[in-house]
Amino acid sequence: MLIDRKKEKVLAIITAPVMLIAIGMIFFYVPQMKGNAGEILDSSFKIFYFHLPIAMVSYLAFTVVFIASIMHLKGNSSKWDIVAHSAAEVGVVFAFLVLVTGSIWAKATWGWYWIWEPRLTTSLALFLVYLAYLMLRQALEEPEKRARLAAVFGIVGFISVPLSFLSIRLWRSAHPLMFGGSSYGSSGGGLEGTSLQLTLAVNMLAFALLFASLLVYRINNEALKEELEEMKYNHS
Amino acid sequence: MKKSLYIAAKDLRSEFRTKQMLNSMLIFSLIVIVIFSISFGDVLSQTELVEKLAPGVLWVAFTFAGTLGLSRSFAGEMENGCLEGLKLSPIDRSSIYIGKTISNAILMFIVELLTIPIFIVLFNYNISGIPGLALVIFLGTFGFVSVGTLLSALSASTRAREIMLPVLLLPLIIPVIIPAVMATGTILTDGGIGSIASELRLLVVYDLIFFVVGQLVFEYTVMD
Repeated sequence: MLIDRKKEKVLAIITAPVMLIAIGMIFFYVPQMKGNAGEILDSSFKIFYFHLPIAMVSYLAFTVVFIASIMHLKGNSSKWDIVAHSAAEVGVVFAFLVLVTGSIWAKATWGWYWIWEPRLTTSLALFLVYLAYLMLRQALEEPEKRARLAAVFGIVGFISVPLSFLSIRLWRSAHPLMFGGSSYGSSGGGLEGTSLQLTLAVNMLAFALLFASLLVYRINNEALKEELEEMKYNHS
Repeated sequence: MKKSLYIAAKDLRSEFRTKQMLNSMLIFSLIVIVIFSISFGDVLSQTELVEKLAPGVLWVAFTFAGTLGLSRSFAGEMENGCLEGLKLSPIDRSSIYIGKTISNAILMFIVELLTIPIFIVLFNYNISGIPGLALVIFLGTFGFVSVGTLLSALSASTRAREIMLPVLLLPLIIPVIIPAVMATGTILTDGGIGSIASELRLLVVYDLIFFVVGQLVFEYTVMD
């Protein structure tokens, strides 16, 4: 499972400039947001270029946990367990960042940090589920059993997330719909400019790369740790 | 199916001999209701406020009492190699899961049946729409128990299993608690089953999905 150290470095080297470009685009490339009357809107919208990619990355991470858990239960190999564990750890960090960036943005536009509302509650549930997943891993010592039980929880937890989204959907939503509906304002004036879409795309790419490199580093770490344990075991 | 009923009967028989779990669940939910009643003492005379509090208070009591019961459901089996005995018996692993789910659900129904009158008395509240409420409570409890039984088996083999179960269970039951609380609220205020159709549909979906997934993955939680 150990990924070549050179490839690991290449990934990091690619990620850094893309990330820089992405941040630069947010601050220097994107034109000022203007409202319908031509007034300059609050620049707090810029956090959106972080918020959405981070949210996507956290969903991606948890999907990786889900798939790796199924693969682990099917094939019973420890490499999938390492993938699941690493993806869950990275995913929890991103899920937390979604809550933080979302709250900051909400404070600026809605006037409060938190409301009980579908998207927010689902994000919180998602964060809590995977925090519990990491707690479960900590409470188990025997590696084989830990991998098996964590995989079970990884599957069940992932299934509960879309359901919690649906259940909270019963409330009316204040969170803007980014896809399949008009986004900002009634005229749909939000994400139509090419420069905005381009910035968003670059940010998505940057965060996807960041996720990939973090995941690879984490997996390598874990694989090395396992190797070390094995060496210690053989030595004693 | 019949075999899982045997498992459920075995669980209930051993439970009714001591009534240890049932009693502690009952007393616990009673205490929860009492604490809420004391802390909301000022507003108990205003029916419309009690109506808003009722679903939350009831489901908090049910959830906490249920969690308490579930944490013993498999912990009891770990003693004296009972789980090995169960695994050696000539039945599917999923039958164990179904049987345990049934027995846990029955225990929770008993607790809920006794909690509601206490709630009525302490909150000075007249419950309307009993059939609808019973349906909501049945579906909500079944969903709660089907996840809870799986996680009870899962947490039984962890260190500090009593604290692991709530940590694992509570985030996972958010999707069943929210529609259950909302449906209970609607039933208590105007009482039509038709007005909670979307909540009921969601509860049924949740119950089915987790009951099926529970059966599929239960095997892995007790394997060794």
